[in-house]
Amino acid sequence: MFHFVVKRFLQAIPLMIGVSIIGFSMMHLAPGGPLAVYTLNPTITAQDIERIKHVFGLDQPVYVQYLKWAYGMLTGNWGNTFFGGRPVLEVILERIPATFLLMGSGMSLAMIIGMIIGILGAVKRYSVFDYLATTGAMIALSFPTFWFGLMTIFVFSLKLGWLPSGGMYTLGGEENLIDLLTHLALPTLVLALVLVAQWSRYTRSSFLEVIHQDYIRTARSKGLGGGRILFRHAFPNALAPLVALAGIQLPWLFSGALITETIFGWPGMGRLFVDALTMKEYPILMGMVMITAVAVIIGNLMADVINALIDPRIRLE
Amino acid sequence: MASHQIGPMKNDYYVKPVSRALDADGGVCQVTPGSASGYYETPMRRIFRRFLHHRLAVIGGCIVIALLFMAFSANLISPHDPLSLDTQRRFIPPFKDFSFILGTDEMGRDILSRLFHGGRISLVVGIAAMFATIVTGLAVGLMSGFYGGRVDNLLMRFTDTMLCFPQVFLLLVLAAFVTPTVISIALIIGLTSWMEVARIIRSQIQYIKEQDFVQAAFALGASETRIMFRELLPNAVAPVMVSATLNVANAVLMESYISFLGYGIQPPLASWGNMLTNAQSYFDLAPWLAILPGVMITLTVMSFNFLGDGLRDALDPRLRM
Repeated sequence: MFHFVVKRFLQAIPLMIGVSIIGFSMMHLAPGGPLAVYTLNPTITAQDIERIKHVFGLDQPVYVQYLKWAYGMLTGNWGNTFFGGRPVLEVILERIPATFLLMGSGMSLAMIIGMIIGILGAVKRYSVFDYLATTGAMIALSFPTFWFGLMTIFVFSLKLGWLPSGGMYTLGGEENLIDLLTHLALPTLVLALVLVAQWSRYTRSSFLEVIHQDYIRTARSKGLGGGRILFRHAFPNALAPLVALAGIQLPWLFSGALITETIFGWPGMGRLFVDALTMKEYPILMGMVMITAVAVIIGNLMADVINALIDPRIRLE
Repeated sequence: MASHQIGPMKNDYYVKPVSRALDADGGVCQVTPGSASGYYETPMRRIFRRFLHHRLAVIGGCIVIALLFMAFSANLISPHDPLSLDTQRRFIPPFKDFSFILGTDEMGRDILSRLFHGGRISLVVGIAAMFATIVTGLAVGLMSGFYGGRVDNLLMRFTDTMLCFPQVFLLLVLAAFVTPTVISIALIIGLTSWMEVARIIRSQIQYIKEQDFVQAAFALGASETRIMFRELLPNAVAPVMVSATLNVANAVLMESYISFLGYGIQPPLASWGNMLTNAQSYFDLAPWLAILPGVMITLTVMSFNFLGDGLRDALDPRLRM
């Protein structure tokens, strides 16, 4: 087990390096490069630019610049924002709790509903329910997240007036849990829609693979009840692909959160990203791209380790 | 893995290699087990029969054809100029005025005409992006699978790295760097979604490469190019076709995301995504502005998804979910 974890960690290092190289090159590909904010300013002369370049070390060879930048990234020195001059890392970190709350609630809702639908579909294969569920999943996968968001706002806040249409707390109101939950409901639903479809499809195919195996037939022939077979015998073996799915879904979860946050004015990382895009705040954009990519690597690493914990076959490979 | 994908997880459509019988070399046929004795069914016909069996895929296919017709003849079938403004006729609701059957928007432009023209743009972007995706994915997958060793290792690590970035984040950053045109948007989408295709093609090529007929070609001294393009590629057609169809769906979605956020197709040119940008502000007054383009996007993406699903079933029934 220890060897497996160490090996997986070592495998993640080249990925981290790859991600950092792509991130670094993107910053240099940006129009105007890392100095965009200065070159676009008419009051700054060419000599000033040269001086700034020297101060920032941009006249040095590319690999030196890369190493310096990578060192800065590792030590938490991510530069300052163009407007306001605050440290980029600090600006991003204050948005993380809101995003993780949204992602966590969306993912949990999707897992519960998706797994229930998937298991029922696998047990009653080719039934009307199964047919509706698989077709429904395909339709849900085709919904543009932002449009589904607009539609839920239209129905639940405009027409029915049940839930607020945006924000995290009522403006000027008391910031309590109930208020937070009512604001969280719609974004969670929107974020969860596509995830539910994926979870139900994966759960269904993973269960179908398991429940037709010999040991399940043995369990049935010795007279065990359906529920016990399903949860005690089938479930643990069907779990591994689902844990992997949680890791695989992470990049989508970030993308989905970005869209959902924009629609609902949720003060998380996605909103920050879109705002930074309008202001051409390259340091924030690059910081966000890096932080999401690293989060994806760590998420997949965790999924692998959890899988190795629950399934000895994996760690022996 | 299937990361960035907003749409079906791409793992679902890994298609196992087809038999040599599918190659268009005419003579090779197969008896369908259980069919009337002496009746031979050509592979093409078998695929077609299986495809027709998947009812939703047939419906999806019909809608796709209708949408393509709409895109081709948008100029002819639009009742009005999609760009002509008239503040005298703002916010006409659908089915009230028969010359503006689906109503007008906040600038008095005819929505039906805008849906047609916007659909043309969205589909052109989607299909062009699909080609960019497939070409890149094929190139990477073919080289990786064919050469193996160090080339494979390097290309696959690059693929893994690209998969770590959430696609919408990458798309938005890149879209902010370039001047948004139909071509540049399509290229950006292609450059950020080729990874799954590359992986599918690679494993397909690795499998075919070990087959006897390829080994025979090697033994006969065929050139690398010949083996790649005459022996390997034709046998990878099935998964490529399935990925291509599903990739159009994904590209149409992606285009709508970035256009909606204002970094894709720029107004006044209509695309389904940017028609929704301002719709939220007129929710109370004109809900149809928000509903109609979204219905079109969903319908398009869904049709391509069902079509791709049906193609997968037809080309390899073993993988039926």
